[in-house]
Amino acid sequence: MSEHSGSGHATEKSSPLKMYFGIWAALLLGTFITYKAAFIELGRFNAAVALGIATVKATLVALFFMHVWHASEKLTKLVVIAAIFFLMLLLGLTMSDYATRPWS
Amino acid sequence: MPDSTLVGLQHEEEHHPELLHHFADAQQQRDASSLGMWVFLATEVMFFGGMFCAYLVYRRWYFGDFGAASKSIDATLGATNTAVLICSSLTVVLAVWAAQTARRTLLIGSLILTMLLGLAFLGIKGKEYKDKFEEHHVPGASFSFENVPIPGHPGEYANPRHAQIFFSLYFVMTGLHALHMIIGLGIFTWLLALAWKGRFTPEYHTPVEIGGLYWHFVDIVWIYLFPLLYLIDRHP
Repeated sequence: MSEHSGSGHATEKSSPLKMYFGIWAALLLGTFITYKAAFIELGRFNAAVALGIATVKATLVALFFMHVWHASEKLTKLVVIAAIFFLMLLLGLTMSDYATRPWS
Repeated sequence: MPDSTLVGLQHEEEHHPELLHHFADAQQQRDASSLGMWVFLATEVMFFGGMFCAYLVYRRWYFGDFGAASKSIDATLGATNTAVLICSSLTVVLAVWAAQTARRTLLIGSLILTMLLGLAFLGIKGKEYKDKFEEHHVPGASFSFENVPIPGHPGEYANPRHAQIFFSLYFVMTGLHALHMIIGLGIFTWLLALAWKGRFTPEYHTPVEIGGLYWHFVDIVWIYLFPLLYLIDRHP
């Protein structure tokens, strides 16, 4: 389900292949950087770099491989945002508790 | 005018055998299916989210022990598996594109390639599990993690009970991820059978799209598992 609005034939006009291979190369590059960066001493930023790159990679997969960017159905985007929101609620509220306990 | 005549006329016009009566057109039917899949994936986000949450809590509590335990896993195998999954995600989008543009050979080839990459992933995972069994790093009666130094703290050693929690999380998270891969392989076997029979057309290829969404989601879970389980405290 890409940018076509009517029938499935519209995609043939603008081939998305170049974009698919570009995203694929970017994902492999991200993996390589994550792997290499893990062996460099960055202090507390090691985790931030690793998770930052992971988030960029996950976003690329969702937007372009899972076609969220060109989703013809707006509700799809709402479901994606809702999923992320509730995940953040789970992680955010749990960690704001555990991370602020003075006795642990 | 009675409604049944109208419906009958419309159906006559559309004539596509895969279009169900309650949808206006093929596009609406595809949108409804993919929306349903996305709702399922949202529940999967919460399913894996619970485990990621448990991981975060224990990682904070047993910071050094987790670093020591993570260091015992072969990071190169993990990185290779990440690359394998990313390549399989590419073959999945190629399969969806091939179905959209009626390229049967490319569709079948991409589906087979995706499954081979999925099997390669599970094979590498099996090698990793075998190593852990041999090193007695599997939680349980024969678990052993004695005198393993904590990275960055010379003279300090990891608490085996805390390391065991890391390995419990490691096996549950990668194990459930691997289970998802096995289910994915089942779905792709079914897709391959349908593609072989020539069931997919530019008008109707919803199963390829839905199966693809599932496969990409499993890939995204791995994208987070890789740095969290394999790459913490690697630096000297």
